[in-house]
Amino acid sequence: MTEVGSARRRKEDARLITGRTQWTDNIQLPGMLYVAYLRSPMAHARIVRVDTGPARREPGVVAAFSGRDFAQEQGSLPCAWPVSEDVVIPDHPPMAVHEVRYVGEAVACVVATDRYKAADALAAIEIEYEELPAVLDMAEALTDTAPKVHEAGNRAFTWRFGNGDIDAAFRDAPVVVDRTYVQQRLIPSAMEPRAVVAATDGDAFTLYSATQIPHILRVMLALTTGIPEHRLRVIAPDVGGGFGSKLQVTAEEVLALLLARRLGRPVKWTESRSEGNMTVHHGRDQLQRISVAAERDGRLRGIKVDLLADMGAYLMLVTPGIPLLGAFMYNGIYKMDAYDFGCTGVFTTKMPTDAYRGAGRPEATYALERVMDELAAEVGLDPLELRRRNWIRHEEFPYTTIANLTYDSGNYEAATERATTLFGYDKLRAEQADRRERRDPVQLGIGVSTYTEMCGLAPSRVLGSLSYGAGGWEHASVRMLPTGKVEVVTGSSPHGQGHVTAWSQIVADALGVPFEDVSVMHGDTAVSPRGMDTYGSRSLAVGGVAVLQACDKVKEKARQVAAHLLEASPEDLEFAEGSFRVRGTGAGRSIQEIALAVFAAHDLPDGFEPALDADATFDPENFSYPHGTHLCAIEVDTETGQSRIRSYVAVDDVGKVVNPLIVEGQVHGGLAQGIAQALFEEAVYDADGNLLTTTMADYLMPTAADLPDFVTDRTETPATSNPLGVKGVGEAGTIASTPAVVNAIVDALRPHGVHDVRMPCTPERIWRTLAGVRGGAA
Amino acid sequence: MIPAAFDYVRPESLAEACEALADAGEDAKVLAGGQSLLPLLRLRLSFPSTLVDVGRLTELHDIRDGGDHVFIGAGATHYDVVRSPLVNAACPLVALAAATVADPAVRHRGTFGGALAHADPAGDLPAVAVALDCVFTARSANGEREIPAAEFFVDYLEPALAPDEILTGIRVPKLGPGWGYHYEKFHRTAQSWAIVGVAAAVRRSNGVVEEARIGLTNMGPTPLRARGVEDALRGAGIHPAAPDDGGADPIRDACGEAAAGSSPPSDLHAQPDYRRHLARALTHRAVRAAARA
Repeated sequence: MTEVGSARRRKEDARLITGRTQWTDNIQLPGMLYVAYLRSPMAHARIVRVDTGPARREPGVVAAFSGRDFAQEQGSLPCAWPVSEDVVIPDHPPMAVHEVRYVGEAVACVVATDRYKAADALAAIEIEYEELPAVLDMAEALTDTAPKVHEAGNRAFTWRFGNGDIDAAFRDAPVVVDRTYVQQRLIPSAMEPRAVVAATDGDAFTLYSATQIPHILRVMLALTTGIPEHRLRVIAPDVGGGFGSKLQVTAEEVLALLLARRLGRPVKWTESRSEGNMTVHHGRDQLQRISVAAERDGRLRGIKVDLLADMGAYLMLVTPGIPLLGAFMYNGIYKMDAYDFGCTGVFTTKMPTDAYRGAGRPEATYALERVMDELAAEVGLDPLELRRRNWIRHEEFPYTTIANLTYDSGNYEAATERATTLFGYDKLRAEQADRRERRDPVQLGIGVSTYTEMCGLAPSRVLGSLSYGAGGWEHASVRMLPTGKVEVVTGSSPHGQGHVTAWSQIVADALGVPFEDVSVMHGDTAVSPRGMDTYGSRSLAVGGVAVLQACDKVKEKARQVAAHLLEASPEDLEFAEGSFRVRGTGAGRSIQEIALAVFAAHDLPDGFEPALDADATFDPENFSYPHGTHLCAIEVDTETGQSRIRSYVAVDDVGKVVNPLIVEGQVHGGLAQGIAQALFEEAVYDADGNLLTTTMADYLMPTAADLPDFVTDRTETPATSNPLGVKGVGEAGTIASTPAVVNAIVDALRPHGVHDVRMPCTPERIWRTLAGVRGGAA
Repeated sequence: MIPAAFDYVRPESLAEACEALADAGEDAKVLAGGQSLLPLLRLRLSFPSTLVDVGRLTELHDIRDGGDHVFIGAGATHYDVVRSPLVNAACPLVALAAATVADPAVRHRGTFGGALAHADPAGDLPAVAVALDCVFTARSANGEREIPAAEFFVDYLEPALAPDEILTGIRVPKLGPGWGYHYEKFHRTAQSWAIVGVAAAVRRSNGVVEEARIGLTNMGPTPLRARGVEDALRGAGIHPAAPDDGGADPIRDACGEAAAGSSPPSDLHAQPDYRRHLARALTHRAVRAAARA
């Protein structure tokens, strides 16, 4: 093992940073037409009349359609996660036909010879709405008198889970802390906006899309449009980020196929950033009530959670499942006797929510780690000491939690020890005490987050038991070419993660070939026939393992040939540095020589098929459970409310590391995204249901200039649930950092009587919170 | 970017540009660095019939010494201004504020005159211009005229320029020796607009403030001059008294009325009462920093 663990520079980057990439929007096909969508300016309205005729008379316009023109064939956008018996899955036409239910919902489109003409002609479409009441607040939406988003009402589903005697845990509990937290709505901001191209050649269709899920998309589009699966090829070319937002089957993808079919010409649609802010599915948006019962010494008795989760106007691909991905995580790394979880999904007249980096787990971790700090304050313990008293000790693994997951491995003591040392915990606490003593207008807060997450999604049987519509396996093919080079086909679909590099490292070690001799193909259903795609920190822990297993099969085939050529028995061969050698004699054959011999097929074992390739599909028995300890020090200016992160230490345990550079990059990006939720980002709708944050001037995404230098380190406790010992790192930073930051802000202000600041913790909100507890007028 | 259709002309000289602008009529717009105008076009918030592109007119790029003032050509980029030894030596407040405009990419493309002609009260430069009593020069086919800063900012995004006038430059008076400067910008991310900003110039002598000039960013539809604070600061001791001596802090006291007469906007980033509070706190910080600079 020499490649795995080395900080290889990414094979992908030379292309990416020199602009030699092929984004979906770069794709040009002969005769291509361009689509622009007319979108609802109202949160909720009946469509009284649409006339696209005037638009058809505009220059360059080839066609214009409203939802009615596709009513018979557009079907309903799929929801693949019917979470409960009572779930209501409303009809979701890609283009609205009778009613619009959020601002930005497509109502008509123009197809023209260039994108400018298409955009200009939208203004000519005549449309009349009859306004209906907007439904914006979840609690109000559930009242009997609330206007309805859908006929069946505003309750999308209810879902309960529990273990242990929760009533006993709370009955006579010496300490109970009961809090409500707001998980604000977020807008995923991938660098590449969504884009889609559809082309047809008679009855065969090719769809290019900036998607995370070409394989799932193909199945879903075939089912939705009626185009037979074997006549539909889906290609995810270079894809510039997703963070869950491209784990979706979108209206624009379905309509691209329908328009290509109707017009017999290729069509392209690329969203603008403002269009994307309105119509990329949003993330989070939950109201979380969490209660903990504890002993006076801080030991946990039980936790109760009650969620309202905003679905938005429709259930999209996995909308209702997102809060439930958190259902098994509200106990975190802690031991307790009882746990109770309930969630109600609520329809509102807003953009639907769905997966966003972490998907359910950041929300759970936030509420838990926030309330642990509140409990620490209540019982008078240092927040780290409270956690020590409750966490699973390293010698207790594997450990079955109160949420019925079995954590295979972990070492919370080691990660915490390392983090506190790097952070200078005691010294910062001393400085904090000094500033409090001096009544310094700039106070110092220290925030703790000891998180874990379930990732590597996931065991197919478990997903099935949760009513998820698909499995969680992953597929890989590995083939040795006659010259000894290696081609890998992966069912995972990278969009920035660095699969090509990481897979090359795994293959180089497994087959003893140079890193440079491996190429990796992905993202095209004609090239990669089977796959479950990329989300949920699953690529390495599932797809990477499939690559390893395919390599093992190739190696075993090569061993048969080597034994034949060396006239030895396969068991007498040892494999090292790319060669099979007969133990004790030194005679050997390199794997490249064997590849050529297999190609020539002149002298192979009887019955051996002349191909040195193999397929493997890996379906893990368990999730993987990265964990870590994050510590954040924040200075809060109590006069202006401005906060500044002074230092941030992240010690993560993501198991075995294939490429430390890639892990580092994932941690940095994840921290930025989690800190963004804590301090900067929020999708804001006004009282009429208009999205106010449609540009980057209003939706404040931080850049490197707004973030501190991160101190990162790792402990390495291998996962036992897969042969690579890896756990996944795509979401860890996002999950851990949000509570670390808000805990630090509240910690800074606790002597002022502050117990919470709603996210994002803007300067104004901090100032108002302080003004409120001072009792003064703001 | 998919703006609405427009005509585009790129004149070869300022004189030609004035002609082109006059010919194009009321709905034409002048394009320089494009850092304010292009976002408006992209969002279809502005529908000019014609863009007259003056971006390549080198005669607008000059930064030169005018004796009692520095003349900054309207087409100089923010980066040119920030890097100019002349500006840094003779009117450093301008350089300090220009260095905080947006981000490096914008500062390299965006022009000093363009940002002022855009007349956005949230921009960093207008408050400086009113604090320093800059003079704007504008040219049309009918000739040149001068507009004092106090009259230049008419309303939100509305400068005192006729539709056929092009801003050609800004005269920044040299204040002379004894002055200290500071621009205090309060914003949520490095690239975002100022929630509130304060431009302060302070002349000190023998431990007291002799004279002060204070401009406020984003406290109303136009940049404001905090004249009340300027008056109250005259003669104020720079160093607060020790707590044992009663802790009197004349500068803080003088800044208490910084928000007087303002009408700050309400938006996603701040409500008016918070902006008023910030104006007081930040004016105090800006004046104190300028007094110590």
